[in-house]
Amino acid sequence: MTTMTDPPKASFQLSMLIYDTRYRSYTFQFIALMLLLLLLGYLGANLVSNLAAQGQNISFGFLSDPAGYDINQRPIEYDSQSSHMRASVVGVINTLIVAVLGCATATLFGVTAGILRLSPNWLVRKLMAVYVEAFRNVPVLIWILIIATIMTASMPSPNQFRGDNADASMLLDAFAFTNRGVYVPAPVWGAGSLVVVLTFLASIAGVFYYRRYATKLLYDTGRLLPMGWPSLVILFVPTILIFFVLGQPITLDYPALKGFNFDGGLHIRGSLIALWFALAIYTGAFIAENVRAGIQAVSKGQTEAAASLGLRPKRIMNLVILPQALRVIIPPLISQYLNLTKNSSLAIAVGYMDVTGTLGGITLNQTGRAIECVLMLMLFYLTISLAISAVMNVYNNTIKLKER
Amino acid sequence: MARDQLAFVRTHMLPEAPPPTAQTGAVKWLRENLFSSPGNALLTLVSAYVVFQIVISTAPWFINGVWESPSLTACREILDGKMGGCFAVLTERWNQLLFGFKYPSELYWRPGLAFVLLFIAAAPVLFGKIFPRKMLIFTGLYPFIAYWLIWGGSVLVPVFALLGVLVGAFTYSRVVTISAGVAVIAAFVAALIFWILSGYVTGPMENVMAIQAVASRDMGGFMINLMLGVVCVSLSLPLGILLALGRQSSMPIIKWICVVFIEFIRGVPLITLLFVANVVLAYFLPPGTNFDLILRVIIMITMFSSAYIAEVIRGGLAALPRGQYEAGDSLGLDYAQSMQLIILPQALKISIPGIVNVAVGLFKDTTLVSVISMFDIVGMIRGPILASSEWNGVYWELFGFACVLFFITCYGISQYSQWLERQLRTDHR
Repeated sequence: MTTMTDPPKASFQLSMLIYDTRYRSYTFQFIALMLLLLLLGYLGANLVSNLAAQGQNISFGFLSDPAGYDINQRPIEYDSQSSHMRASVVGVINTLIVAVLGCATATLFGVTAGILRLSPNWLVRKLMAVYVEAFRNVPVLIWILIIATIMTASMPSPNQFRGDNADASMLLDAFAFTNRGVYVPAPVWGAGSLVVVLTFLASIAGVFYYRRYATKLLYDTGRLLPMGWPSLVILFVPTILIFFVLGQPITLDYPALKGFNFDGGLHIRGSLIALWFALAIYTGAFIAENVRAGIQAVSKGQTEAAASLGLRPKRIMNLVILPQALRVIIPPLISQYLNLTKNSSLAIAVGYMDVTGTLGGITLNQTGRAIECVLMLMLFYLTISLAISAVMNVYNNTIKLKER
Repeated sequence: MARDQLAFVRTHMLPEAPPPTAQTGAVKWLRENLFSSPGNALLTLVSAYVVFQIVISTAPWFINGVWESPSLTACREILDGKMGGCFAVLTERWNQLLFGFKYPSELYWRPGLAFVLLFIAAAPVLFGKIFPRKMLIFTGLYPFIAYWLIWGGSVLVPVFALLGVLVGAFTYSRVVTISAGVAVIAAFVAALIFWILSGYVTGPMENVMAIQAVASRDMGGFMINLMLGVVCVSLSLPLGILLALGRQSSMPIIKWICVVFIEFIRGVPLITLLFVANVVLAYFLPPGTNFDLILRVIIMITMFSSAYIAEVIRGGLAALPRGQYEAGDSLGLDYAQSMQLIILPQALKISIPGIVNVAVGLFKDTTLVSVISMFDIVGMIRGPILASSEWNGVYWELFGFACVLFFITCYGISQYSQWLERQLRTDHR
């Protein structure tokens, strides 16, 4: 007693692979896959015949050979007899150093400029607009080169610090800006310094614990404990006390002029400063725009609503504006960090020995193993990018507005 | 009675009293914008002082600048100890900065003409409402004309390249009724086959209607930056659209090919891709072929920017309400039609700011080719000019010039995109 008729069961015909929407996508995917495989096979065959013609092969054995070149900035033990692998690791660490320094400084510049762009002060607003536009619209490579030139061409040579009425003098007797880099005091970790560091770490944990306790107390009893100054006290007082009780175990090693150059202290090379500062100030301009957009994305009604609830301006900022603005700011901020890390590969232009300079530069040129080196280089950057995007996805999921 | 006499009724309006002086004109503006609070006043004074110092310290450098001099030493003699810029390096090396140091000087008019024509070609695209649509025909022909002007050689090469594109377009229009995806692939294959076959014609006839040929390695200066920027952005737009559509596709294999390509390209710095163009790509080409370095760089930069543009357009596609897709389906449009007529026009409009950002970023990134020893403007400055004995040491004038060139171009593009956004805003706010 069926009133509906089933559609006639058409027998499968070959033309349906093209004309029937049910099968067409399979046909198309099959064709695309075949073409892709064909292309890859063609490229692979070319690779094999090219390598055979030059008597080469693909092998990563060269990584354990001695590198035979020096690296000027060595965060870990390295000399010219170390392997290419070790040279690459030094490069990786140097990349991470400049990336971390750059991200921190760029955030500082960017947040400052972004907030100042919304300042009620016309002059400051315009100055910040000039900063943002000037740095966003000029290639970062040119900025790196300009700052590198400042570091080498307009800084005094160590020689000029010599004598009684020298041309140049050290800042506060502690910082020397020379054309070979900047010398700053270096901490010397004496006996007992571990205790000081551990105390400081414990103080940080203490601050978090205090804040959680204060919040809980507020929710449970309605009593409001002060947050600002107790946090500072917990953070610094125990550490300073321990520092003096143990007899100042951490001292500073000041740079001093010895022979033709400065000795002692921490030597920050001009190339690192050029790269670090240029990346920071360039990325900072982009971050400023993100911060500005984030703050403007919070509607004025939110501020007014919070004010009508009787919140003080500081609490309006902390409890209402910032949580909503950060939701908008953080994702592009993280992708700016990613860009900065990728742009740090421009180190090669100023001779900073990051992973592009060691693995992709000297190692590649010395061994001639272009494919292997470039492949490893790409994999390194890819790993960093994917790791950062994974973190970002997790973050986005946690802050996602839970609707319905 | 007395009340009536005391009563006072004003029969006409009082003239408006002027506002207090503190509330009008410049004074009000100053009070509100610069000195609204003690902190703000301090901030104003500090920043004004900083600006003043910067102007005072750089003004003599510009005012005393020397524009005519054969070398740095001669320039310093003219300055005679005064502070001043040696802008003479710009006038003396002007052609090198723009065209590189090997481009034949009697042929400078050709890239110059191509540059002027670029504006004519771009005008109907950029300002569609002002210029007639028929000018788009010239825009379509422009790439081939520009290629012929800059590289020279036989006119047959650009003509056959154009014919190949027409063959591809014809194939697409024939196959698109069956399946959009197959049509795209078929168009590519048809054009490729045509180009390969035409190589047998243009090869032996390379002197037919030929103008003097210039090799790619002879090009340099800002010309390279402009060429790479324009070519790669225009090529990566269609590629980016395809990749974005592929990534949104319901077909798993297509989707994953696009995802892997996009994420891989976006995960690595451009410089590694340029290394690929410089030293690796040759391994993957048939033995004996000798691709230009510029061509290899164009391929890699196009891949790079198409991945970024694809992500921008994907954002635009995702921002469209689901109803738009369903509307297309309910009208009975097939995939290609609904994309062309409904989805893409809206999605592209949303993506304009992002696309312009990518384009500006890409144009700035073209300076990276100096790292693989191509002589673009940065390469020219760091290489032949600063290394020459005449101009060793004029950093600021040269870098400043490069900054100004890039600033004008990039700032101009971003201002244009903001104007375009306002033009395209169809919602009535």
